[in-house]
Amino acid sequence: MKSLGSIRRSFAPWADPNAKPFIAFENVTKRFGDFTAVDNLTLHVYEREFFALLGASGCGKSTLLRMLAGFEEPSSGRILLDGQDLAGIPPYRRPVNMMFQSYALFPHMTVEKNIAFGLKQDGMPRAEIEKRVAEMLKLVKLEQFARRKPHQLSGGQRQRVALARSVAKRPKVLLLDEPLGALDKKLREETQFELMDLQQQLGLTFMVVTHDQEEAMTMADRIAIMDKGEVMQVATPAEVYEAPASRFVADFVGSVNIFEGRIAGRADGGVEIATPDGITIRADDSSAAGEGTVWYAVRPEKIRISSQKPDNPALNAIEGEVWDIGYLGDMTVYNVKLAGGQVVRSSELNSQRTTHDPITWNDRAWLTFPADAGVVLTR
Amino acid sequence: MNRLSRFNIVSLVFGFAFLYIPILLLVIYSFNASRLVTVWGGFSTRWYVSLFQNQQLIDAAWVTFRVAFLSASVATVLGTLAAIALTRYTRFHGRILFTGMVFAPLVMPEVITGLSLLLLFVAIGLERGFMTITLAHITFSMCFVAVVVQSRLLSFDRSLEEAAQDLGATPARTFFSVTLPVILPAIVAGWMLAFTLSLDDLVIASFTSGPGATTLPMRIYSQVRLGVTPEINAVSTILIGVVGVGVIIASLVNKRRDVQRRRDEQVAAQG
Repeated sequence: MKSLGSIRRSFAPWADPNAKPFIAFENVTKRFGDFTAVDNLTLHVYEREFFALLGASGCGKSTLLRMLAGFEEPSSGRILLDGQDLAGIPPYRRPVNMMFQSYALFPHMTVEKNIAFGLKQDGMPRAEIEKRVAEMLKLVKLEQFARRKPHQLSGGQRQRVALARSVAKRPKVLLLDEPLGALDKKLREETQFELMDLQQQLGLTFMVVTHDQEEAMTMADRIAIMDKGEVMQVATPAEVYEAPASRFVADFVGSVNIFEGRIAGRADGGVEIATPDGITIRADDSSAAGEGTVWYAVRPEKIRISSQKPDNPALNAIEGEVWDIGYLGDMTVYNVKLAGGQVVRSSELNSQRTTHDPITWNDRAWLTFPADAGVVLTR
Repeated sequence: MNRLSRFNIVSLVFGFAFLYIPILLLVIYSFNASRLVTVWGGFSTRWYVSLFQNQQLIDAAWVTFRVAFLSASVATVLGTLAAIALTRYTRFHGRILFTGMVFAPLVMPEVITGLSLLLLFVAIGLERGFMTITLAHITFSMCFVAVVVQSRLLSFDRSLEEAAQDLGATPARTFFSVTLPVILPAIVAGWMLAFTLSLDDLVIASFTSGPGATTLPMRIYSQVRLGVTPEINAVSTILIGVVGVGVIIASLVNKRRDVQRRRDEQVAAQG
């Protein structure tokens, strides 16, 4: 098997204008009474993609998944899978399988029977079912638990049974609803990588719903960030993080400092943003234009903190007072209060065990960041 | 653990005495050699022997058993269907009326149920006997089954059914291979409840029975009116024995399953 990294780098069907989407949501709206769960949403997912729907609870991501599985019908719009309109096809005839958040293992059946359930419904010959079940058990490393019932398994083992059961039929698409939500942190991290390996091995299209941004960032080829039934941005994890499309996305994924201001001037391919507090920020981003309010978003780890004003005039430098320090082991987070009252966060990687120039509470400190450290947002 | 205070012990003793002394007396006097129920005349099993020669009592017992078995089985099917309709199809017309109608027999005085059924059977000209008792028992025990099954269905994880459908099972297959096995314990409990209710019903059976179909409670009641013989004690003792053994077995099985389950879960948590 090729290493994950090299496959991932070359895998970008969404950038190819001739590529046909494998799953297409086209102007899909779903209403429950007066509540609009999904609002005129269009979204394309490509074959073999590991796609994540990320959003807070109630943003419509689960509804989207349930419409694809066939448990809900869209109020308007259509959903296509491999070119076929799914309207009116009941869940038991759709070539997609779902892994449920609660796992939904059948409590009265053994692990084997659970995995074999879907194959039996297809009328597969018994010998073949046995072979496939054995294969699946091996895949999730549960061979010695075949005869156990779900209540005789730990949480992690149950999760793997649910996974094996949902991929046993080799669906065209595997839907995963908060697949790691019920696991503890350490197991969750291990399982993320297992899921990625599995997706590569089986060559399936995965569509995962999660509220955990770290999970989405780690596993997915692309992430759709959803809010109130709408997609805010669809992009690779790096793009979502480094080039968010809006303040909502910037704020939702990771932590961010946002400076509000107006474009005061233009200089060598960039702009100067003046905030009401009298701070001027140079940004290497000429895409923003117009008279309206703009926002400069910069991640804490892009901001350096020092006790002296840096010499380099090309850098943005803002003075403030250290308000809070959070020591996390691998990094230290500084909250610095500016003269205008805004609190800006900077995080320093603790790449050395000791530092000779400790910055402490109530110190005057300079925050510096280059002009290309952040992005200019217009919404 | 809290130790029992003197007050607790006294109230416990009185409680149990109140409940069990009458039954104990009844059992003791079933082994009475004397013909008089309240005068001890030495130990004997003659009333048991005479009981097995009393064809009327044996016939009545047989009728009771058949009525109970048949009515419990039909009531379980109907009650389960009602419970499913009430929990799953929450938006049909007249749902509240239906709910009320299903549960009304729970609180309806038995005399009224019996009387109204009798009037109905007379009105439609149904000959009273085995069939009418069975129908009457189905009517009133069905709602008990519905209550028991409904409470299980309310805690049922719907995603199990969705998972089955997602894996390719049609709604009918889903019901028989997933829903039914999962709620089966509640259905069995409902059946047993219906069976016992039918077994000891006197009022409704009296209203709806006819010549040739006398249940055991009716037979006992009519014999007692002519004077109690230790034979009645004997038949009661046998009934108590059967019920007692049933209860003990059920609780033992339950307990063992609980212990096993807890052990399994411990093993799973460690593994």
